[in-house]
Amino acid sequence: MNKISLIIKREYLTRVRKKSFIIMTILGPILIAAMIILPAMLSEWSESEEKSVAVLDETGIFFEKFKDQESIKFYHVFEGINDEKENALYNKGDLLLYIPKTELNLPVNAQLFSVKQPGLNVTAYIKSVMKTTIENEKLKAQGIDPEVIKSAKANINLNTIRVEEDGAEKKSYTEVEVALAIFAGIMIYFFIFMFGAQVLKGVMEEKSNRIVEVIISSVKPFQLMMGKIIGIAMVGLTQFLLWIVLTGFFLVIFQLGFGGDISAGMQSMNGQNQVITENAASGISSDKMAMITEIIGSINLSAMILSFIFYFLGGYLLYSSLFAAIGGAVDHDSDTQQFMLPVSIPLIFSVMMSGVVVNQPDSTLSIWLSMIPFTSPVIMMMRIPFGVPYWELFASGGLLIVGFIFTTWLAGKIYRTGILMYGQKVTYAILWKWLRQKS
Amino acid sequence: MTALQTIEVSKTFVNHKALDKVSIEVGEQSIFGLLGPNGAGKTTLIRIVNMISAKDEGEVLLNGEPIKQQDIYNIGYLPEERGLYKKMKVGEQAVYLAQLKGMPRQEAIRELKVWFEKFEIGSWWDKKVEELSKGMAQKVQFIVTVLHKPKLLIFDEPFSGFDPINTNLLKDEIINLQQNGSTIIFSTHNMASVEELCDHIVLINDSRVILSGEIHEIKNRFKANVFEVVYRSPKELIFESADIEVMNDEQKNGEKVANIKTLSHHSSNELLNLLIKQVEVVSFREVLPSVNDIFIQEVALTS
Repeated sequence: MNKISLIIKREYLTRVRKKSFIIMTILGPILIAAMIILPAMLSEWSESEEKSVAVLDETGIFFEKFKDQESIKFYHVFEGINDEKENALYNKGDLLLYIPKTELNLPVNAQLFSVKQPGLNVTAYIKSVMKTTIENEKLKAQGIDPEVIKSAKANINLNTIRVEEDGAEKKSYTEVEVALAIFAGIMIYFFIFMFGAQVLKGVMEEKSNRIVEVIISSVKPFQLMMGKIIGIAMVGLTQFLLWIVLTGFFLVIFQLGFGGDISAGMQSMNGQNQVITENAASGISSDKMAMITEIIGSINLSAMILSFIFYFLGGYLLYSSLFAAIGGAVDHDSDTQQFMLPVSIPLIFSVMMSGVVVNQPDSTLSIWLSMIPFTSPVIMMMRIPFGVPYWELFASGGLLIVGFIFTTWLAGKIYRTGILMYGQKVTYAILWKWLRQKS
Repeated sequence: MTALQTIEVSKTFVNHKALDKVSIEVGEQSIFGLLGPNGAGKTTLIRIVNMISAKDEGEVLLNGEPIKQQDIYNIGYLPEERGLYKKMKVGEQAVYLAQLKGMPRQEAIRELKVWFEKFEIGSWWDKKVEELSKGMAQKVQFIVTVLHKPKLLIFDEPFSGFDPINTNLLKDEIINLQQNGSTIIFSTHNMASVEELCDHIVLINDSRVILSGEIHEIKNRFKANVFEVVYRSPKELIFESADIEVMNDEQKNGEKVANIKTLSHHSSNELLNLLIKQVEVVSFREVLPSVNDIFIQEVALTS
């Protein structure tokens, strides 16, 4: 046991002292924090600037229809388009909305002139106002009172509410969950591959350096392999935890430095999602803000982090032991490809299935994929934001543990023979022989 | 008095028999040469003794007891295929390897400093291994092998990569270790160093032991009753007996050197008497076969 801890310590320390580790550890959180902060800062800048829109309405339909918004003011102008261009657009620097008269008396083509690119919220608001106004005009032309239609319009607000096993009800918010699911799935894929590859590299380094025989004259090959795998797992965990801590730290720094509000930033980031998914109805309204805050609250972040750690460790142990076996079996980098591909196919496959899984997180396929140990780390992480029954979590977790014990045992057998074999062209047939060879 | 003994150890790899009932006996405090052509099974045997590989049959006894996992702390093994972590610092790495052999950290550092001074590589402590020359790295590996003062030392081709000066340094250290009570198993193709260092040898060919014993006894066993005589005479050597054959006779620095083979068992004195009658004898000695000759002859016979 003492030996294995010596090996873990060496594997861990040599890696966390590397420049690449330190750079990754600092750069990652900066990027994540920037991803959260930047939209907030941008929207703050654009929103802080009040815009005035001059409305040149030749139809007369839209008189007094545009209401002043928080950052958009409207006023009507009545000169010719060329004069107003000169006046409102160039002299005052305002936006100019030109609604020309058309034959049907109902304008379909309006033009918004501006010196700078108008914001999404401006165009979205103008569009929605024009749409309702024209709809109403058309209805009036047909002799229908718009109020009748309005009262007949059923405003259905379908809140999907997931009932937890304990009976607690929870509103679910799919868009944010989809984003989170895909993010979590890809992160776990990335982590497993990144640190699994380090195991492969480490084993090959020991073999090609010829140090491996020196070491296994002191420790058992299995101890060496496990020491390496565990040491690198701890490097991965360290990186992950540092990322969480540092991301929080950088967020605070950004906030202090730029006076921005993080929650506003997160809201606007998610808000953009909402705008897009809901066809850009009317920009970001304040009740939507409240909703988004609720969504973020509805996702259990600590549960996500804990399951990430579990599925990272489980998936990593499963795959990295196979990678270790490959590293032990081959002599050269070029020989790894033929073995790496079949081993990593389930992992790549599970990322490819992400679209199917987030669409139907509770389908039979999704459930099966989240049970099979080779795909469960990625798939289960994608399902968790949507809520997964406890028994499925435990079954999947249990199977993953059984799975990595099996692959570690298998890998140990190949590894201990492989690391002492030089100059042999390794094929699957040879691996099979090594497997059957008794210790 | 037997430090290490293997009794009929066999090992089969997939469709290849690597060792076939190999029995060796290594006396305490001896330097034991493990010889054989490439692929004979030497490394397999060494790995079994080190418990890197498992035997299929037979027994390995260390000081008369079946060897167990704990015993590897008392074995120092310098494999033929040896290396170091390139990116690690020399001192740190040596301490790590010593700790794996069960030495406490502080003791390892203390002992290492002594050895580094002795091998004149003290200034390399904080250098990375990749900056070392091959010979330097070999020195570090040798030190790490012997640092924990194991009772049994196994060196597989210890001199490869060393210049003659460092080879001598190493030879002296090996003899030192033996005199301080270690038993040494020494596997090499360098027959000159075998003659110089070993007291016992075993020759393995084709997975089997084909020859073993005390080195002088073996040489005597293989002697062909050949005598080398250096003499001064204008005449050729002529023997009337058909039992005595002059193998070669050549001029060297104004003297003549002849190898004489006696077919029947003439004693050296009888032969000398015959010589004295004919020529002026400068020197006279019995020629014992070199380990190299025995190796080639025996391997050829059994292959």
